[in-house]
Amino acid sequence: MSWLSAPIDAVAWLFQGGAVYVFALMAVACAVAVVVSQNVVRMAFWLILSLAATAGLFFSLNADFVGAAQLLIYVGGTLVLLIFGVMLTASGPFLQIKSRPGEMVLGGVVGLVLLGLILSSAISVDWANRGPRSAAETVGVGFNTPSSGNTTRELGLKFLGANPKDLGSSRSTLSPGFLLPFEIVSVHLLVVLIGAAYLARTKRRRDTANSEASNLSAS
Amino acid sequence: MPRVGIGSPLSEVENAGMSSVLAAASIAELLAQYIDSTWAYALAALIHAALVLGFFGVAPLVYIWLERKVAGRIQDRLGPTRVGGKFGWLQTLADGIKLIQKEDLCPEAADRMLFRVSPYLVFVSSFAAFLVLPWADGWIAQDLDIGIFFILAIMSLEVMGVILAGYSSGSKWSLFGGMREAAQVVSYEIPMAICALVPVTALGTLSMAEISRMQGGTFLNWMVLHDPFCFIAFFVYFTVATASVKRAPFDLAEAESELVAGFHTEYSGIRWSYFFMAEYASMFAVSGIATALFLGGWHSGIGLEKAVLEPLRARGGAGFLMSNIIAASIFITKGCLLVFVQMWVRWTLPRLRIDQVMTTCLKYLLPISCFLFLGITVWPLLIHQFTGRTTLLDSVNVLGSELGVPMANQAFRPELVPAANGESAEAAEKGAEAKAEIQPDAEQAGQNRDAVQEGQVQS
Amino acid sequence: MLAPAADLNMYLFVAAVLFVCGVVCMATKRNAIGILMGVELVLNGANLNFVAFARHTPLGMDGQVFSLFVIVLAAAEAAIALAIALNFYNNHLTIDVDRADELKG
Repeated sequence: MSWLSAPIDAVAWLFQGGAVYVFALMAVACAVAVVVSQNVVRMAFWLILSLAATAGLFFSLNADFVGAAQLLIYVGGTLVLLIFGVMLTASGPFLQIKSRPGEMVLGGVVGLVLLGLILSSAISVDWANRGPRSAAETVGVGFNTPSSGNTTRELGLKFLGANPKDLGSSRSTLSPGFLLPFEIVSVHLLVVLIGAAYLARTKRRRDTANSEASNLSAS
Repeated sequence: MPRVGIGSPLSEVENAGMSSVLAAASIAELLAQYIDSTWAYALAALIHAALVLGFFGVAPLVYIWLERKVAGRIQDRLGPTRVGGKFGWLQTLADGIKLIQKEDLCPEAADRMLFRVSPYLVFVSSFAAFLVLPWADGWIAQDLDIGIFFILAIMSLEVMGVILAGYSSGSKWSLFGGMREAAQVVSYEIPMAICALVPVTALGTLSMAEISRMQGGTFLNWMVLHDPFCFIAFFVYFTVATASVKRAPFDLAEAESELVAGFHTEYSGIRWSYFFMAEYASMFAVSGIATALFLGGWHSGIGLEKAVLEPLRARGGAGFLMSNIIAASIFITKGCLLVFVQMWVRWTLPRLRIDQVMTTCLKYLLPISCFLFLGITVWPLLIHQFTGRTTLLDSVNVLGSELGVPMANQAFRPELVPAANGESAEAAEKGAEAKAEIQPDAEQAGQNRDAVQEGQVQS
Repeated sequence: MLAPAADLNMYLFVAAVLFVCGVVCMATKRNAIGILMGVELVLNGANLNFVAFARHTPLGMDGQVFSLFVIVLAAAEAAIALAIALNFYNNHLTIDVDRADELKG
């Protein structure tokens, strides 16, 4: 059975916490590939994989709702929109607008310095000893416990302006929640969509602009 | 990962109290008696993955055969008759062998890497949808608390593969197919999600297993008969789902009379068949969602549970397995019936034009689904005016369970209140009479929650 | 054979790489849509930080709520940026941002 042991050990490792590292590696590698590749559709492809792997990391952080929202809105919506934009703006097949090598080198160096700065500052903090770690586990109810990834109800309650801790108490006022920002964001989204539709609408203004310009130059 | 999954230790499973992994635990337990426990969990995980993958692979084989037979019947001919006996059972297998033998072409003008990868993208996202389909009580690969949301999210990834396939082929037909697909699927996702929210709002949970469990009893408990909004939402959902898996009359992405074969014009051999497997598998996936959300999931709807399955379940072991196999076959049968309807529609209705497809979605289906969503939120208030009870307030009671308010949901959960499942029509009438006597007071209604539940059978 | 539990620093590292990749992408790409993708990467790195802190520190749900806002606003931002890119393309027949120099004095 020794020939079986490597793949089965691998599966066991994946199910017992290794999947996080696979997702992390995938997110990082695909993000680098986004920077390196020159074809914009390939960039979009790597971006899809990177965002999907990040959704996997969200799932591993017990944030199922955020992970699914990431998949639905980001990967399924925003990126489709981006690729749609690529198709609408491509003046030839497999459009490539190359950056100069010097720019890439400079960008890479600046990026590495920035990465070093961020990492050194993030790792120098002792996050573990900055308070109780159990806050995520102590809130809320559900069919699955919050510690197994069910944060839907807490999220919904937060949006409604309620705190799960307040529900049992006799407090007459609920803690301020996220209802107002939520409404503002939804109105914001609507306005933006209408604005985008207005800006992107088909119009023949090139002809008129040209004729005006030629009129001006003629006079 | 810390979550409860197929491979997590048994004690953790029991602590979390998830019924979803019972089946997984039992196979892992069985194996653990013979081999090292780490290996047992890994093997059990592989067995479960193989089961789902097996269904994923076999279902398209059957569906493609069925599609040709249905098409034959509707067009007054026989369909396949030669391979594998009188009815041509093995026709798809023969086709599959032929497809594997074919050369795997890649056009000169194509973006080779994307061209090769995009079939897998379609395949994987379609397969991942099977993760949260509830086959039977406790038989679900991952009982996510956000099941329906997850399934909608993961199925929305399928469009990426199609767009990339269309773009990377380097062919104008493929590009047109891909762009149509992008426009169509992104638009149809919105009414699909809103329609799926209608029963979710009524039941107050996003978990697929929980939704199915709440629809136990007679078929009057199915969400499709729960209220007029859910009834309409079922038909709107089914229309939109047909469009979102790009089946006729919405198959603009591959319209063979206009675009040769649309986004998969340039594909051949096994990569082409991946697209087809994914298409048929997602037909079953959307039908499975419709079954779980509206048609009672794994419940037979004729009281089979109370008469046969629950005694069987109670015996444990093989009885549990048998009852779940029966329940899963009920679920699969319902899903296959809906798939059959999709085929029927395909060979009956002519294809729409792209502008008609977009008009149907944005001008009709989207406002209708928004109206249904509004309606389902108002419905409990409305019927409270007339009947004095609010069937819809389940979701509020779920939230209020910390307050000590009895959960109306609990009556639906067989492990908590076993008697509430599978009420007969007489019991429903009795419940309604009992309900008429008590005050329409929320607290009292909560105390008499069994009566409320029985009364719900009527609605 | 248990994998070591992923700690906060691992997530911070991934988020930092995503962020830096996004910044470099914004700085070096000349395609307007490529720049947009860089913005998405940056937002995603920030999101990962929010959710990781929500899990590993006493911040509770607030981090997840924030990340939901970020996701929704990123969708809106992508829509409006794409509209700008399309308009630019309509006027200049390219989306090379180096060509957007008409406001130069």
